[in-house]
Amino acid sequence: MRRGPWRLERGGIGIDRSRPLTFSWNGRPLSGQAGDTLASALLANGKRVVARSFKYHRPRGIYTIGSEEPGALVTLGSGARRDPNRKAPDVALHEGLQAVAQNCWPSPRLDLMSVNGLFAPFFVAGFYYKTFMRPASWWEPVYERFIRRAAGLGRLSDAPDPDAYVRAEASCDVLVIGAGMAGLEAARTALRSGARVMLVEERDWLGGRLGLEPAQVDDRPATAWVAHVAEELGAAERASVLTRTSAFGLYDHGMVGLVETLRPQSEQGLARQRYWKVRARQIVFATGALEQPLAFAGNDLPGVMLSGAVRGYVHRYGVAAGRRVLVAANEGSGVETALQLCDAGVEVAGVVDSRPDNQCKPAAALDERGIPYYPGHALVRALGWQQVRGARIAPLGNEGPMPAGLQTIRCDAIAVAGGWQPALHLQCHLGGRPPFDPERGIFIPPSLPDGHHHAGACAGVAAADAVRQSGRRAGADAAAACGFAPAVRANSSLHGDNSMAWGASDRLRIVPAIDGGKRFIDLQHDVTVDDVALAHREGYRSVEHLKRYTTLGMGTDQGKTANMLGLHALGEVAGVSAGEAGTTTFRPPYVPVAAGAIAGSERGQRFRPWRRSPVESWHRAAGADMITAGAWHRPRVYPQPGEPSSRAVSREAAHVRAAAGIVDVSTLGKIALVGPDAPEVVNRFYANGMKTLPPGKARYALMLRDDGLVMDDGTVARLGEQRYLLTTTTAHAAEVLSRIEFLLATAWVDLDAMVASVSDHWATFAIAGPRSREVLAAAFPDRDVSDAAIPFLAVREARFEGLECLIMRNSYSGERAYEVYVPADWGQAFWERALAVGADYDLRPYGTEAMGVLRIEKGHVAGPELDGRVTAEDIGLGRMTRRRKPCVGGVLRDRPALQAAARPRLVGLTPLDARAALQAGALLRATGKTGPEAVAGHVTSVADSPECGSVIALGMLAHGDQRHGEVIEAWDGLADRVIPVRVGPSVFVDPQGSRLHG
Amino acid sequence: MRIVCPFCGERDAAEFSYGGDATRLRPDEADADSGRWCDYVFRRDNPRGWHHEYWQHLHGCRAWLYVNRNTATHEIREVRMAEEHVARLRQEASE
Ligand SMILES: [Zn+2]
Repeated sequence: MRRGPWRLERGGIGIDRSRPLTFSWNGRPLSGQAGDTLASALLANGKRVVARSFKYHRPRGIYTIGSEEPGALVTLGSGARRDPNRKAPDVALHEGLQAVAQNCWPSPRLDLMSVNGLFAPFFVAGFYYKTFMRPASWWEPVYERFIRRAAGLGRLSDAPDPDAYVRAEASCDVLVIGAGMAGLEAARTALRSGARVMLVEERDWLGGRLGLEPAQVDDRPATAWVAHVAEELGAAERASVLTRTSAFGLYDHGMVGLVETLRPQSEQGLARQRYWKVRARQIVFATGALEQPLAFAGNDLPGVMLSGAVRGYVHRYGVAAGRRVLVAANEGSGVETALQLCDAGVEVAGVVDSRPDNQCKPAAALDERGIPYYPGHALVRALGWQQVRGARIAPLGNEGPMPAGLQTIRCDAIAVAGGWQPALHLQCHLGGRPPFDPERGIFIPPSLPDGHHHAGACAGVAAADAVRQSGRRAGADAAAACGFAPAVRANSSLHGDNSMAWGASDRLRIVPAIDGGKRFIDLQHDVTVDDVALAHREGYRSVEHLKRYTTLGMGTDQGKTANMLGLHALGEVAGVSAGEAGTTTFRPPYVPVAAGAIAGSERGQRFRPWRRSPVESWHRAAGADMITAGAWHRPRVYPQPGEPSSRAVSREAAHVRAAAGIVDVSTLGKIALVGPDAPEVVNRFYANGMKTLPPGKARYALMLRDDGLVMDDGTVARLGEQRYLLTTTTAHAAEVLSRIEFLLATAWVDLDAMVASVSDHWATFAIAGPRSREVLAAAFPDRDVSDAAIPFLAVREARFEGLECLIMRNSYSGERAYEVYVPADWGQAFWERALAVGADYDLRPYGTEAMGVLRIEKGHVAGPELDGRVTAEDIGLGRMTRRRKPCVGGVLRDRPALQAAARPRLVGLTPLDARAALQAGALLRATGKTGPEAVAGHVTSVADSPECGSVIALGMLAHGDQRHGEVIEAWDGLADRVIPVRVGPSVFVDPQGSRLHG
Repeated sequence: MRIVCPFCGERDAAEFSYGGDATRLRPDEADADSGRWCDYVFRRDNPRGWHHEYWQHLHGCRAWLYVNRNTATHEIREVRMAEEHVARLRQEASE
């Protein structure tokens, strides 16, 4: 059995020494044990420098034992699975794990970019803002490249994520977040009270700190107690326990976002992670507390580690942080740490305790073990180059550490105990700010709406028995709030007090740098005490400004170990307490969440439901070039083999004008409107007069918004006295339906009418061209399709295979045309029948692109013109809609600015060069004029018109209706092209409309 | 956020779509007073706190609802059919 050089001979409750695992670190094989994290395995192998910092590229070691890790960022996997910025203590080791040190080139120990450190005086607070300011032209070619190369965090793979993810929704009575002692007690109590319980824990084991240090509960080892509770929860049908699950966001009304890691990577299609949306009636926070560091010179050297982490690595993983560990504390836990290490066989170099002599208890236990104790001393500087080699300490006087008493202690690791802070990030997601308790020097939970409870250390409860009691109380309260009779058991005692000392506010956190060196606050972003002081001198007084200016706490760890120290540093320079210095806003996510987990399976084709025309498979089989239009995929054009798409579009458009074409317009929005007051509803909803529309007739119609601008256009077909079929554009179908429903529910409550979407009920095809009537006659052999029977704008019923269909005679191409509405399930049958019987009349399918060409040739407006900024007058439909009748938007359309003559009006545009590369979006201006003031409109739609033998366009142009014949410029800024165009009427083809009847 | 639809019960906010301010009574289309229309369309308060809103249960029963919601805390005090709210506003206007 191979063991790393730092693995202790015994101990390690969380590892299985009989099961070695092989993993790779920077391409070299290393060995760990089952149960290890990447961090414990690296430490066991003596790998102390595991990353480089963000700004100075200083060596970074493992600092913590959880997801709060600021320094040990690694990249896992390779290729498309490259997963950067993972925190080594938060990565469970598995066979074959590939990990590399991050931010290091060429290697973590020899990092060429650390030359940045030599320029440290220049890399001060606001460095990025100050240095990379000007010249602006340097930004992209010089600065950005430099920043990205020198200071980037890990690199994300740019290949699609090959892993699968799933989403799940769940509900429960009581959700308990955190499975330490308080969380376990809360979950168990709520369960025993009868509640449905979910317990989530971000580690892959339960117990929290009980799993990280020696403790006894109910006279047995803590691990046995944890196992016992876990068994009870596991056996209960009403409880579910999720490990390796982070609660990353708290939302309104008891919604919590969780991300559960199921396996390191997808196997056989099984998901890597599951994103849970949990709705809980009651939530118990048992999120624990985070140990806080001390600021002393050199405190970022690998080998400096939080004391709780040092204890945890020994107890759980049997790994020593060093061979000779010095403990530096500002509270009482330093002695306990030293004793635990010593008893586990780790040599302790001493305990440096910055509390005044009179607060330090005589430490007989230390004497027994021969451990030197330095009460009233501060650790002033950690010594070493790549890692800790020693430390300098000094006695504390009234003015701080006294240089005269400096002494050097040899050690290779430093366990730092700066007091604890409740973990309150999640609790603050609803916007609450945690109040500061000056007595204990901690922030305490903010007030939350009913249904939220706090238990254990996160509630500011420190002593172990009190933690346990608070868990029970929270579980009982939560269950009672759900209507269950709470089952609270009698108090029982707890031996082995591992209570965390809160760092009272008068404790020494920031040690004056009497011996030189940098004192770090944020290990990920390299923010020092001096940076905070400098930012304050430069006027960044608010903690929110300070944070952004120095980037303190803005790393992937969100400053979990840096924010408190930062507030104390700011308080010190500002002469206020940390509480008065403020606290920053906490936002989800608590830990980084893979974007893939949020997306779940809704990616690629499944990004959103795909709406299919009943004829879609036919289009694809026919070789159509498909285009995405919202949720639809529509046939853009049907190119023949080898035919360029642009030529195919012209061919299809020309064919419609020469013979006949059929196009699938099933995507149009269709709304059924029925009821005694339906005529009144259409009359109020549309800007056109509708009172005179008789049954059996259809009318092109415009809808306005309340502000008088055009919302959409479509057709109103009156099928019967009280029955209408309304069509909308594909894009606005949902909005128009909602709008009518809104008006019926909130304004026209006295009108008796109902609407329903029938978009999916009808397949709709337009048959257009001079031979379209012959096609129609062949498709409906039993029906009279003469002009007398189906005059222009008539709506008639017809039968296909005995099914009721509609024929509506209208036209957007200017040719004789019919829209046929067929029940959707028979859509493809009709389409195929029409093409078969239409072959005699040369009927051919055409796509949306040719449809666009035809409508542009006729000057019909569509989406590009109806962009939400135009009035009916702007698009030349003022007169059509100028009936004096009340309608939606009817009053505000008359506002003077909307009626101004200078507004851009719809015009036709023909480039002087018939083949000019005119693009929609080009700006219109008088010839020779430049600058923003010269812009007088823009090109909306462009088509290469076979009928005109030229490129043509529609556009909106100021005074456009009075400028026909004028030559102006279309300026395409993206292509840097200026194209002369002649202004004319918007109708290019058959202005008299004679073809409609041809 | 969850909204209790009077027809469908308690549902996730994702099923609903926000439909705007419900503090004002919509003028009649026959009302040619552009001042009243401007008030209705453009002059809206954006309060932090309790607010009257319209929501549609878009991916449910499609009913338009009146919701009395606190914009700061997302607490919801009352949900009714929009029709009932409009009747109440009309009553107030006529008094
Ligand atoms: Zn509903």
